[in-house]
Amino acid sequence: MSDAVLCFDAVTFGYRRDHPPILREVSFALHAGRVLAVVGPNGAGKTTLLAIALGWLRPWRGEVWLDGRPIRTYPRDARGRWLAIVPQSEHTPFDYTVLEYVLMGRAPHLPPLGIPGPEDYRIAMHALEQVGIAALADHAVPTLSGGERQLMLLARALAQQPKVLLLDEPTAHLDLHNKARLIEIVRALRAQGLAVMMTNHEPEVVLAVADDVLLMAAGQPALSGPAEQVFTEAALRRIYQLPIRLVEIDGRRHAIWT
Amino acid sequence: MSDAALRAALAQDARRARLLWALLAGLIALFAVSILVGRYPQPGVLPWWRLAEDDLALRLVFNLRIPRLLAALLLGMTLSAAGLVLQSLFGNPLVEPGFLGVSQGAAFGAAFAIVFLSSTALVTQASAAAFALAGLGLSYALARRLRFGGWVLRLVLAGIAVSALFSAGVGLLKYIADPLTQLPEITFWLLGSLASITWPRLLNALPAVLAGLTILLLLRWRLNVLSLSEQTAFSLGSAPGRERLVLIVAAVVPTAAMIAISGIVGWIGLIVPHIARRIFNADTRFGMPAAILIGGIFAVACDNAARTLLAGEIPLGILTSLLGALIFLGLMTAQQIRARP
Repeated sequence: MSDAVLCFDAVTFGYRRDHPPILREVSFALHAGRVLAVVGPNGAGKTTLLAIALGWLRPWRGEVWLDGRPIRTYPRDARGRWLAIVPQSEHTPFDYTVLEYVLMGRAPHLPPLGIPGPEDYRIAMHALEQVGIAALADHAVPTLSGGERQLMLLARALAQQPKVLLLDEPTAHLDLHNKARLIEIVRALRAQGLAVMMTNHEPEVVLAVADDVLLMAAGQPALSGPAEQVFTEAALRRIYQLPIRLVEIDGRRHAIWT
Repeated sequence: MSDAALRAALAQDARRARLLWALLAGLIALFAVSILVGRYPQPGVLPWWRLAEDDLALRLVFNLRIPRLLAALLLGMTLSAAGLVLQSLFGNPLVEPGFLGVSQGAAFGAAFAIVFLSSTALVTQASAAAFALAGLGLSYALARRLRFGGWVLRLVLAGIAVSALFSAGVGLLKYIADPLTQLPEITFWLLGSLASITWPRLLNALPAVLAGLTILLLLRWRLNVLSLSEQTAFSLGSAPGRERLVLIVAAVVPTAAMIAISGIVGWIGLIVPHIARRIFNADTRFGMPAAILIGGIFAVACDNAARTLLAGEIPLGILTSLLGALIFLGLMTAQQIRARP
């Protein structure tokens, strides 16, 4: 397909040169208006993969292409306007308000000496509305619950107005209500044409929202493709080594195991 | 609903901006009054009309009080701004600007000059500044050599090690110093004082201080972004390593320049950022100018007390430590719980 915005081309990466690499020749493409779920057991290198997609870690071999150009050639602020990441959690030692925190997402759109103006405030406020926590705008970050914090980090990423959104375990701290909301948000972003790449442990979330799936397991070649072809009982059994079944209940597919 | 929240946020920013202007006005007023406060001709306020009649009063004000007040002002501003930068970057509210080997380096340089070199004020100042910067450079070089931990942790560890080395050196110098002449001088320097400030000594420190404060003010919002984790700051389009280095140099070099003329004046750089954050919130866009203004007010007020309360001069470092520690205790125990609707 020609509309691939982010492309991994035979990426090999490890943290230590004297150890075997964690990622070996990983190739896949992320398309505008599609959601790619990265699925695999703990330690398979999913978070590492996101850090490489962000340009933060450089592959040993292979290349990451962003919109047809190697990501390492992008100026840092341009990269910040293209790509945003929502980390699993973030340490905040000081009492920022939620709005002040989300405003930091405007940094790639401002010059290094810039100060956010009224337009940036509007964009940050809109991002808070999109994730449904506009009412918390003036609350101090440390008073938020884990789930609210995760939604705030998502709002900060949206304030960057990226074309590619990287989500690291976005549902990890969320209750059922917020999980359903997150799925709705991701669908809405997809409809707006964003390319979304998320790591996820929850088959329900993957089945509900992913168009494409990248399956990873330590010591096995990564496998990618459309969700219905890749995210199968056989593949899940192989990477998790559990007797997993995919069943349909009320028109929605779930994974169960015994 | 969100329009209201947006208006509320913008209104709060406007309030904080007005408060900053009020602080600036207060600082200017305090400075003007301080020029007349002292122990000449008697303890208290010098009537301003005497400046026109009394030649001695005029010379006293222009040659002694004004350079000294400017030094107090710049010292307070520099230490507070540097404290805010380091606390933000290290994500640790207990870091102070002399950290990273700077204070102990300056102390060693001053003691070294007093014991081995001719102990004129200018030589002491130059030696203190040189060793303060050497302390910073050594900490930085050591941090680059360390092979574990994140960048921040490595700097912290290197700073602790370098400070310990220099403080051992100060101990050694005190031990071999002449107890009748040199030791008292070292001790007085370590307590911190602005008693020997003159125009030339102040002007030596001025370029570094003005350049540093200007850079920090210009980067006041960016500092927020750079206080986040390295990867997050990177994802927000910054070059965290390079930009943090600029901030640290802009904070620590003026600190070294000021410590070199004032001696070790503790607690200002620790406590003022706390006060600024308490009043203005964590956003350093307001926190930075607030820390600079409050630091100036705090140091000028303390120095007024230092030179007026007793017939002999009270070392400034003792007053700032006393007041700073009391305020710190107050802030920590009176932790208000913000009511949330």
